Amino acid sequence: MANNQKVVQSSILIVDDELSVRDSLSKWFKEDGYRVGAAENANRALALMNEGPWDVILLDIKMPGMDGLELQKRLREIDKSASIIMVTAFGAVDSAVQALKEGAFDYVTKPVDPEHLSHLVQNALRTKKLTDENWRLRQQMSELSGVEEIVGESQQMTKVVDLAKTVAQTDTTVMIRGESGTGKELVARTIHANSARRFFPIITVNCGAVPETLLESELFGHEKGAFTGAQYRRKGKFEMADGGTIFLDEIGTISQKMQVQLLRVLETKQFARVGGNEIISSDFRVICATNRDLEAAIGEGSFREDLYYRLNVFTIFIPPLRERRVDIPPLVNHFVQKYATMMNKPTVGIDTEAMDLLIRNRWPGNVRELENVIERAMVLAKPPAIKPSDLPFQLSQAQNSVEEGDELLISMEKVHIARVLEKHSWNITHSAEALGIDRVTLYSKISKYGLKKP
Amino acid sequence: MARVSPILIVAIDPADHALLAPLIRPLSGTFGADVDVAKGMSLDGSFALNVSRNQYASTSLITALLERFEDFNGKILGVTSGDLFVPVLTYVFGEAQLDGKVAVVSSHRLRDDFYGLEPDPSLLRLRFLKESVHELGHAFGLLHCHDYLCVMHSSTGVEEIDIKTEKLCTECQTRLASSVR
Repeated sequence: MANNQKVVQSSILIVDDELSVRDSLSKWFKEDGYRVGAAENANRALALMNEGPWDVILLDIKMPGMDGLELQKRLREIDKSASIIMVTAFGAVDSAVQALKEGAFDYVTKPVDPEHLSHLVQNALRTKKLTDENWRLRQQMSELSGVEEIVGESQQMTKVVDLAKTVAQTDTTVMIRGESGTGKELVARTIHANSARRFFPIITVNCGAVPETLLESELFGHEKGAFTGAQYRRKGKFEMADGGTIFLDEIGTISQKMQVQLLRVLETKQFARVGGNEIISSDFRVICATNRDLEAAIGEGSFREDLYYRLNVFTIFIPPLRERRVDIPPLVNHFVQKYATMMNKPTVGIDTEAMDLLIRNRWPGNVRELENVIERAMVLAKPPAIKPSDLPFQLSQAQNSVEEGDELLISMEKVHIARVLEKHSWNITHSAEALGIDRVTLYSKISKYGLKKP
Repeated sequence: MARVSPILIVAIDPADHALLAPLIRPLSGTFGADVDVAKGMSLDGSFALNVSRNQYASTSLITALLERFEDFNGKILGVTSGDLFVPVLTYVFGEAQLDGKVAVVSSHRLRDDFYGLEPDPSLLRLRFLKESVHELGHAFGLLHCHDYLCVMHSSTGVEEIDIKTEKLCTECQTRLASSVR
């Protein structure tokens, strides 16, 4: 194809104070079909950046006013991706070397061999094209592998996100702790997505879901014929996580034997496939999660203390949903939006009473349970809003529930008063008598606990 | 192809005058133009000689030809055996005004003896023809072509000149036809 028909015209900016140089180079590159710009000084060059982007900038080092080295810095601030080739007079190589250290693609000495200049510009363009393509692919990959946003406005969750993003910048092993359904894997993915390893895979292993007999092969891979049914060589999760992150969920469930093997792999980053002798090295970062009390497990002797210390370098604790009820409304809205899109349903709202129910529920299954409830409600709901009848529990249940582990007397009192009021159909006199308190005190407690007549 | 504005070949001394006449027929065939050699009108190129480089400034030669043939309504091809340069490059085989009136071409670096080889007159004539067509192609508005066999392919060494043919590829022919229409 002729240059004449090039779909995307490459562009070159020539910055040189000598008119003859600008003219001859302009003509030379125009014959090659490039879009050419020419500037006689730094100010004009900076102005011409508005007509960019320029793929290649040929920059004279010695110019009156701002020299090429200083201009290079300014140009880089405007466009980091342009390939800058320094043009220098014979004997000014020191400046050219300085320019290379500051990011110039290459330099040429005047007068330039045309063959050399031609190849240099072509190489600069090829490199820029690859760099741009690499950047675009990384962006696309980043978008494709983008993790779901952690939704939460509470101080506790803000702190969790801050910790995740901070530790992401390092290769430190992270232990994520929290009840089932709190979003431990989401935090692990957030750490990975914000780390330098994000362009490599994050491999998740649910240690609790894989039978003990298969976990070894799952983690380390196996050679063909290593055991009955091993018809092919298979890579293990540690090998697959090379360059990236391995997320070991439910780490507290693994056997003593696997704990020993895991400790060795974490220390050496080397292992052999089941049935194989070849030592395989893999560069992975470990994030693990558990809802088990590992300290108690160490006391019982079911979890190795040395493995615990190897894993428990940096701990992130995700509080249960009931301890951060302020997060429930934004989570509800997030899930409503998500399922409206997935189910191709018109966006519905959620009425105040239903939201109130959701806020009051104890959520033993945490965010996962909340998501399931919203998904179910979205199936049943009719516009304009999700109503209490769309939820799988009723007000009394929610109101009367006491959170597991909530041993505060005040919580028990609230629930007890609500139950008594319900039993006496909210007759204040009878309820006060049953509770052994006067009516004024009961009114005061109803107000204090925000109890409402259904 | 419709007849287009004529091409006048002008010797710029120092010049190898024997190379001029063999250009007439092939240039006429390629560009569909009347081609002639300006007899007794050669230009003395010594004014363009850069003594320190021992090379002739091709841009100055183009300017001089423009002035000399101001009234000529066609394309001018200046041919010289002097070594040509533009300020920023160590040498050029030729130079042309893109979509303009004048082109110049040098036989200096097309000779095998320049590279320490035995002279090859027929190869020199062929290379000289290719570079003459190439520079005139620019004067007719053609840009460099990616087809390495096309005469408009960019050549910075004689090896590349030897690979390409003296012909325009189909696409460059089409572009030439539309530019002279």
